[in-house]
Amino acid sequence: MEKKKGMELLTISSGDMFQPYRWSVGKYGSKFLLEIKENKRFIGVKCPKCGRVYVPPRKVCGRCYVAMDEFVPVSDEGEIVVCAIIEFGFVDPSTGVQRPVPYGYVFVKLDGADTALPHFLDSADPEKVKVGARVKAVFEEECKGSIMDIKHFTLI
Amino acid sequence: MEKIAIVGVGQTTYEKSKEDTFAEIVFEAATLALSDAGGDIGDIDNVVTVSNDFWDGRTISSMAVMDAAGSWDKDISTVEGDGIFGALYGMMRSLSGSFNTTLVVAHVKGSEGKMNLITNAMFDPIYQRGLGIDATSSAALQARCYMEASGAIEEDFALVSVKNHRNAINNPYSQLPMEITVEDVMKSKKIAEPLKLLDCSPISDGAAAIILTNESGLKRFKKDPVWIRGVGHCSDSYTLGYRDLANPRALKDAAYKAYKMAGIKDPMKELDAVELYDAYSYMEPLWYEGLGLAPEGKGPDLIKSGATNMNSDLPVNPSGGVISAHPVMVAGLARLIEAVLQIRSEADKRQVKGAKTALAHGINGPCGQAHGVFIVGI
Repeated sequence: MEKKKGMELLTISSGDMFQPYRWSVGKYGSKFLLEIKENKRFIGVKCPKCGRVYVPPRKVCGRCYVAMDEFVPVSDEGEIVVCAIIEFGFVDPSTGVQRPVPYGYVFVKLDGADTALPHFLDSADPEKVKVGARVKAVFEEECKGSIMDIKHFTLI
Repeated sequence: MEKIAIVGVGQTTYEKSKEDTFAEIVFEAATLALSDAGGDIGDIDNVVTVSNDFWDGRTISSMAVMDAAGSWDKDISTVEGDGIFGALYGMMRSLSGSFNTTLVVAHVKGSEGKMNLITNAMFDPIYQRGLGIDATSSAALQARCYMEASGAIEEDFALVSVKNHRNAINNPYSQLPMEITVEDVMKSKKIAEPLKLLDCSPISDGAAAIILTNESGLKRFKKDPVWIRGVGHCSDSYTLGYRDLANPRALKDAAYKAYKMAGIKDPMKELDAVELYDAYSYMEPLWYEGLGLAPEGKGPDLIKSGATNMNSDLPVNPSGGVISAHPVMVAGLARLIEAVLQIRSEADKRQVKGAKTALAHGINGPCGQAHGVFIVGI
């Protein structure tokens, strides 16, 4: 390519600019993550008005605009409602860990829940990673109180 | 012209660190405003949220609170700036006729990020950021500039801190109610000369909400309206070096427009209470000048006269002001809420007796780049 004539135009690099945060998980999220950490079980919260069960639990049912406080157990098994096979790498900025590619990425509707929980799937086989497939959660041996305590979902 | 009323107000307490999530404090403020108005979410036609991505640590931070703000099946739009500009945008939406009623809700959790880094990032990355400038160091530059121009001394600014922290004792929502002396302020830790710790506002967590309606929507609510009688807004240059930091010309312009609309000729006489954005002590006398409460260079004389104390000519910041609780993005809306409470005679121990006309002020950008002024009354 021919080099452009004229003055040099500069850019300024931000360097490894980093803005650290410490987000509060809140009561609802803490209850959810601690239930995974301590008991390797899932809980959701049920709307007193429409009866929908939200996983992870949160305070407000946006649809009914009411506060929810009835925590209910949900299964560690469910079905894939959304899925993709990811072919590009992603470095988790909080850990620096890069997932090997390709990997399965799924939204799972756990039995007893009305919402879908996003996580990894331990398969990248396009014949098997399909909407409607049944899956089960696999937990890390040592749990820390984060969503990464779920290692991945596995096809059953 | 069509009139706009504020019919509901709600706010969380302002604290150093709240355990609740962003969404939870938004829900708290919004539902408080709805119950205050005597209405429910079905009475709201559209929602305006106020948030900032750097403070929240996520992009399109406004979308994350959509459910909590009650905007299911409604139009939602966002202001990235102080809450007073959220109120302004909400007012315009109700005036437009597209919507009768608007819920405006602002939130921030200052505890979760790093203030110095976040406010450093509001400056230009090519010429300024690398110099380490942030909200506080730029404020110190402005304070010094104002001292040179007006002859103010540090003790004058300390009087603001003493007055406003004392006022905060009567405000259960405030973060730093304190009985302190000028000496306490002077002896507090040096932050950026001439500013000491007690010249600076804290960093707070909290949320606030208001409900606006045009005359057609008024009948949906039980609460008596407080009317917006005047409004003005104006912005100065982004680059500090292009501005005269001791001359808040954007505020003068905003205040002039608001007074004209409200028919106010002598604000010192005609206003009953003022809530202004005192993020740092020196800002209060500087904003006095911008608001026309004192002639140019005479802001320090006004604070020294005691005329802006409670039970005096014109109480300024009966709530305790921003210096007593500084939820960024929320603080201007909190000023407007306090003005509404004063007009309704619902300000309890900090009530300005017989308040009929009050002013609320918010700022955006470094050293008060943009200003919004509301005049509210019965």
